[in-house]
Formats: sequence, C-alpha cells, structure tokens
Amino acid sequence: MRTSYLLTTIVVLALGSYFLGRSKAFAVSKSCGGVKGLHSLPSHYGMWTALWCAVPALLVFALWNAGESPIITSLVVAGLPPDISSLPPSRLGLVINDIKNIISGNITSGTPSPAIMQAAEHYRTLQAISVNAMTAVILSLMVATGITIRNRISPTLKARNKVEKLIQLFLFLSSAIAILITVGIVLSVLFESIRFFKAVPLSDFLFGLSWSPQTAMRSDQVGSSGAFGAVPVFAGTAMISLIAMLVAVPIGLMSAIYLSEYAGNRFRTIAKPLLEILAGIPTVVYGFFAALTVAPFIRDTGGLIGLSVSSESALAAGLVMGIMIIPFVSSLSDDVIHAVPQTMRDGSLALGATKYETISNVVVPAALPGIVGGVLLAVSRAIGETMIVVMAAGLSANLTANPLKAVTTVTVQIVTLLVGDQEFDSPKTLAAFALGLLLFIFTLVLNIIALYVVRKYREQYE
Amino acid sequence: MDQPATNPTIDKMNRGLKRRYRAERRFRICGATAVFTALCFLFLLFFSIVSSGYKAFQKTSIQINVFFDPAEFTNENLATANFPGLIKASMSAMFPEVTSRSDKKDLYYLISPGASFQLINLVKDNPALIGQTQQIWVSANDDVDMLLKGNIDRTRPESERRINDKQLAWLDTLAGERKIKKTFNTTFFTRGDSREPELAGIWGATCGSFYTLLITLTLSFPIGIAAAVYLEEFAPKNRWTDIIEVNINNLAAVPSIVYGLLGLAVFINFFGMPRSTPLVGGLILTLMTLPVIIIASRASLKSVPPSIREAALGIGASKMQMVAHHVLPLALPGMLTGTIIGMARALGESAPLLMVGMVAFIVDIPQGFTDPATVLPVQIYLWSDSPERAFMEKTSAAIMVLLVFLLLMNAVAIFLRKRFEIKW
Repeated sequence: MRTSYLLTTIVVLALGSYFLGRSKAFAVSKSCGGVKGLHSLPSHYGMWTALWCAVPALLVFALWNAGESPIITSLVVAGLPPDISSLPPSRLGLVINDIKNIISGNITSGTPSPAIMQAAEHYRTLQAISVNAMTAVILSLMVATGITIRNRISPTLKARNKVEKLIQLFLFLSSAIAILITVGIVLSVLFESIRFFKAVPLSDFLFGLSWSPQTAMRSDQVGSSGAFGAVPVFAGTAMISLIAMLVAVPIGLMSAIYLSEYAGNRFRTIAKPLLEILAGIPTVVYGFFAALTVAPFIRDTGGLIGLSVSSESALAAGLVMGIMIIPFVSSLSDDVIHAVPQTMRDGSLALGATKYETISNVVVPAALPGIVGGVLLAVSRAIGETMIVVMAAGLSANLTANPLKAVTTVTVQIVTLLVGDQEFDSPKTLAAFALGLLLFIFTLVLNIIALYVVRKYREQYE
Repeated sequence: MDQPATNPTIDKMNRGLKRRYRAERRFRICGATAVFTALCFLFLLFFSIVSSGYKAFQKTSIQINVFFDPAEFTNENLATANFPGLIKASMSAMFPEVTSRSDKKDLYYLISPGASFQLINLVKDNPALIGQTQQIWVSANDDVDMLLKGNIDRTRPESERRINDKQLAWLDTLAGERKIKKTFNTTFFTRGDSREPELAGIWGATCGSFYTLLITLTLSFPIGIAAAVYLEEFAPKNRWTDIIEVNINNLAAVPSIVYGLLGLAVFINFFGMPRSTPLVGGLILTLMTLPVIIIASRASLKSVPPSIREAALGIGASKMQMVAHHVLPLALPGMLTGTIIGMARALGESAPLLMVGMVAFIVDIPQGFTDPATVLPVQIYLWSDSPERAFMEKTSAAIMVLLVFLLLMNAVAIFLRKRFEIKW
C-alpha cells in the first residue's frame, strides 16, 4: 500500500514541477521581450522539468523494488545463527520460505523456532527501513532534479527539441516491444525444449509412434515408462484440422462469393454482421457447445445407424472448430474477391458468360492466391486452437484414421501437461514446451507464407 | 438475317444455354445454402445455450421454521453454534413421522449445506433472534432445484434418480403447503465459486476478469498507440522497421496458447510473479492484445489524409505537435474501436490463462491485482467439467452473461465508429 502512495506522490510532484517550470519560463521571458523571445513554448519548459522530475524517480523506484527482496534476504540469512545459515541451499530455501510466510501471516510448516521468528522480525525491520529509505531517496531526488532543471531554464534552452526527443524515444521503445515479445516467446520455449531434448532424443520425439507422458515416480510403478513419440499427437491435430477445414472452406468461401456477388444489399447488411458474430464468440463457448450438444448428437446418430462413435470423437471437435473458422475464411475471401477489379468481371460478362462462369473462370482464379493465403491463415488458426479440443477432444493419443474415434492434439497435450503443479525438471512438463516450440514454428511458417502471398496478391491489383 | 434459326453457331449456343442457366442456378443455390448453413449454426449455438441456461436465473427455496434455541448459543462466538443442527431440528419438526437414520439423512439432504451460513449471518446481524422462532426461506439442494425445473424425470425408476421416492413425497407435501418457491437467483450474481451448484456464482470470476482487463487496458492502450504512431509517423523506412512490421503481423496470428507458455516461463518462472493472479493474466493478455491494437491504430492513422499533416507542418508545427494536435485526435475514434475489439477478444480468452494457474478453484472474491482469481471464460471451462447436472445450467447461464458483455463491448465499438468516424 505504501508503494501506491509513493507513486501518487511522484505523479503529484511531477505535475507540480510542470507548473513550476512553466512559471519559471514566463518569468525569464520578461527579460527577453515576452514569450516570443523564448526558444520553446512555456509548456515545453514545464514538460521538460516534469520529465526530469518523474523519470529518474520512477527508474529508481523500479530498480529499488526489483533489488529489494534479494538484498534483504541475503542480509537476513547473514544474520541467522550459524547452524541454520550453513545449511545446504535447498534447505535454506525452505527456511527463507518459512520466514516470508510468517511475515505475510500465512500458515508455516510446523511451529517456527525462535531463531526463525527472530529472523522474521529482522526481515520486517529491514523492510520498513528499506521503504522509508526509498521514499526519502526518491523524494529528495525529485526535489533536487526539479530545482536544478528549473534553475537551468533560460530563453535559449531548447526545451521543445529535448522533450520531443524523449517522447520519440518512448514511441520507439513501444514499437520495439513487438520484437521483445517474439524474442521472449522463442527464448522461453527454446530453453525448456533444449532441456527436454537432452532427456529425450529429437528423433524419438519426432518419429516415435507412442505417446504416454506419465513418467514413473517410483521405478517399480506399472505402465508409466514415459514415451514421448509425438506422431499420434500430430496425426490427431492434422485430422481435427482437416475436418475443420472441410467444413469451413466450402461454407466460408461459398458464403463470401454469394454475399459479394449475388446477395442483395439488404440481405448482405443483415447476414454479414450475423456471420461476424460467429467470429466474436469465445472459443470456450464453442467448446461447451461441442462437448454438450454436438458430440452427444453425433454419438447418438452413429448409434442409430450402428456405428460406434466415441463421445470425444474427432468429428465433433473438428466440426465445431470448422464452424468457428467459417467467418474467418469468409471475411478473408470477401476481402480478396472485392480486390478483383470490376473491369475483369465486366469483360467476362460482356463476352456472354453467365455469372457463374464469370465467377468460376475469372473472379476465383484471379483471387486464388489471396484465397489460398486466407486458407493457410485459417489452417494455422485451427492448429493452434485450444479450448474446443480441450473440452471436446480426447486425452489419449490414438494413432487412427477413423474420425469417429477419440484423438488428441498438440494443444490438448500442452494444457494437460501444464495445468496443475509442475516440476520443471521432469520431461513430462518440458515436453509441453517442446510441443509448444513445434506449434510455434509450424504456425509461424504458415503465417509468413500466408501473409506473403496475400501481400503479393494485393499489390498485383493496387 | 433471313434465316437466323438455322445458324449452326447460334443453335449450338442455344442448346447449351439451358444447361448453363441450370449450372448458374445450382451455383446460386449452393451459395445461399452456405450462408444459410452458417446462420443455422449460429442460431443452433444460441438456442442450445439459452435453452439449457435460462432456468439458472431462478433458484428454488424452501421455507422452514427455525427455532433459535438459546441452549445452542452458550459460547460467545456465535459462529460456533450448531447451525446445521438447528436446520435439521426444524426439518424434523415439519416431518415428525421421519424417524429412521437413513430417512433423516435423506430429509436433511433437501436443504442446501449453505443454509447454515444464511442463519449465521441472520444471527450475527440480529442477536435478538436467539430464543425466537422464525420463518426463513433457505436455498434448496441443487438436486431439488433440478427436479422442480423438470430436469430430473419423475417417471424414471427410483434407482436412476438423484431424488428418491420418499424425498419426492416430502417435496410434494412442502409444495402443497406452499413452502417451496422459485425466486430470482441473486446468489448467481453475487457469490464466488463453490462446490455446491446452488451456492456457486459468477461474481468472483467477473471481478477477476475486471482486474485482469484493467491491467491489459492500462498497458496495451498507451503502448499500442505509441507503437502505431511511431511506425506510421516517425519510423524511417529501413530494414529494422520492416522487421518490426512483419513481426507484428505474425504476432497477431500466433496461437494464444503459446502466449501462455511465454507467461509461464517468463513471468512466473523467471520473474517469480505470483501464480493465479490477475497481474500475470493481465500481462499475458496485454502481449496478446498489443498486435491487434497496433494494427487497428495504424489503419486508423493511415486513413488521416496527408493534407492535414501538410497543413499543420506548413504553419510551423513541429512533427510531434502535428501528431499530437491534429493527427492523433482525428485517428482516436478508430483507435478506440480497435482497442475495444481487442479487449473483447481478451475478455473471451482462456487458453493462455490455464497455463498460469488462473484455473484454480477460488471461492473468495478477489480484492486486488495479486489475489488469486479466475476469469469468466475459465470459470465456464471449470463448471463445464463438473459432473453435476446443475452446473451445466450454471455454465450456460455464465456463457449468456459473458456473451452479453461481449455484445455490449462490440455495440460500443460500432457506436463509436458510426458516431465519430470521419469519411475523407
């Protein structure tokens, strides 16, 4: 709570220094013939002062908060009696945990010894000192920089250029975050995957035919040898995505063609937003729909005609995923069909072709690269889709080509391996990151190809 | 021109004409069917959710006469009194003929375990109740609720029902005495999660969603707009900005679960942030929403005509002033629309949050950014996994609430677009 007060104080002080800087600018302007004599507007001088006041203070604040906990902990450990502080690091970690639990008022393991209670008290005093020291340092820093900058204000100070340079730096850093995210994704999945591939050879992972990631906790446990052959998982993903695309591409493409070439204006203004609603529905809702309505329906229908259908069949998950992707395909196709120049249609119609012939022989071939790009994007979306398959597809990895059986997918496995408690030294947890890496690489390649194709296509007609 | 009918080319064409028109009609019908099928799926989806969920907005209560026996309240701490005992006593008083142990157990089963908390609160608010007899409406058990809503079939054999014949008879007696009623389900909107369906509500998840989205909005909106402004107005055209641009487009298409892996590895394992908190969830959703906001904001900036920029520069504004005073205000409605759509997507997102422990069973209403919390879609996922029939109804109802929020957000976005969009 103290920190939020401090943050508010920093903001208030920075605001105050804005007005200080501005009034100083007005004051110095009197010596050089009014505001016109200043290099920048008075508000720029104010902003310059405020920035100098706030930015260093915020930096100190961030650094202090990041460094506070480890420093205090090491100080407390140094103050512990020698029989505790000489424990091996893992036991010491438990002791430190106990101390922190006492401070935050949580339940500790067992009754804490007096030494530990003392250490907690020590920790608490150090923390209080740290907060007070931080407040003092930050406030004095703000006052110091504020006064210094205010005294520096003169009619020749190029306040505007400096302020603008700083803002531009902020803008640049914001856009660089995009790169940072990608780097973060790659590094986070890569490191854990490398650890995984140290335990399980890459070839076993990529070409193994059996997937059962439960590793044994005891050596004599039954049926938990831990097999990490990902082929059944890939096959399941491919099958569900294929079913989804078989639903989404024809329906999506045909509705895009119908809406852009045939439908009347009124029908279009009603039908298009309705289709877009389909895109805005959260995937967890589709998952519920698949598990509760579609899967039982398919199972019962299958039972009627004498087929044995699993209640977690690939067909149900794929069908619902296809419904989810329909608007995606149709809006992307709609875009590219619209980009085909009207003159090409007119030319074909003028030669006596019917509308159908115009569409199938002129419009669609012309739009084909864009449509293919859109379909590729849709495939990447189907592969990465999680909630529908988590709720409606199975967990066991069957290598089968029968869409009525239960299969599992990459995303389902990632979720099941990572939900709940994890230990980051077992291949079971790390396997999820290896799957994540493959998923990322695969969708990335698809996206790059698709975006490239779509961009090239757009340029062709622009 | 004298014998047009015998012209072989025209003949050939006329013969083919019928077939071609048929193909044309077939294609047109195909297209209409596709649109119709997609719309059918939409209506089927809504119908199945609404039909299974609308009843969750009502709940069943049973009226009991509770005698607040002073003998039970000897301890100073009122909460230690035997409240379940009070309820059992009042149930037994209503059905004195029930004597055997197992029958009594069946009888007490009709009342929700949460009823004693209701009594605790009553006595805490008004200690004068001790020693009095009060008529109180308490929640019925979820199976009773399901029975009265028609979700348990009375005609099925007793062994296949969750409510046995005796319980049926008691309930019919209660109904005959007008001691059972259905009321608007306020519990559903004011409570956190619970293992008992009749006590479970979405308020905890709604608060969790609120805190999570607040973090997402405060981070992704300024950063997203700043990035868009830089790329659109300031960035030199070079390799570096090309990389950033391709990158952003790719990030928008990265599967959401990969962001979950990132959050788990970076925020939780590397920075040691607390699990299950809106803080971590909000950060992950920020990373996911940023590309969406950047792309929408750039499109909005692009639509501001260059003449505005030239005019501002022409009267001596600096580049920053031109952007801040002229371009940004004109582009802001579009940016806001994009942001709201991004936030709507973030509100419905659940997969990455499963990775960082927001899937935990949390009863308490979160009070801040570092309290353990869950969000609406994850709550839906959790409930949909529960075996009780009553939770299925709750799931559908929670989905309806989530969809209402999403529709509202999208409506605001459309309103903003229609109201403030400037056609150049």
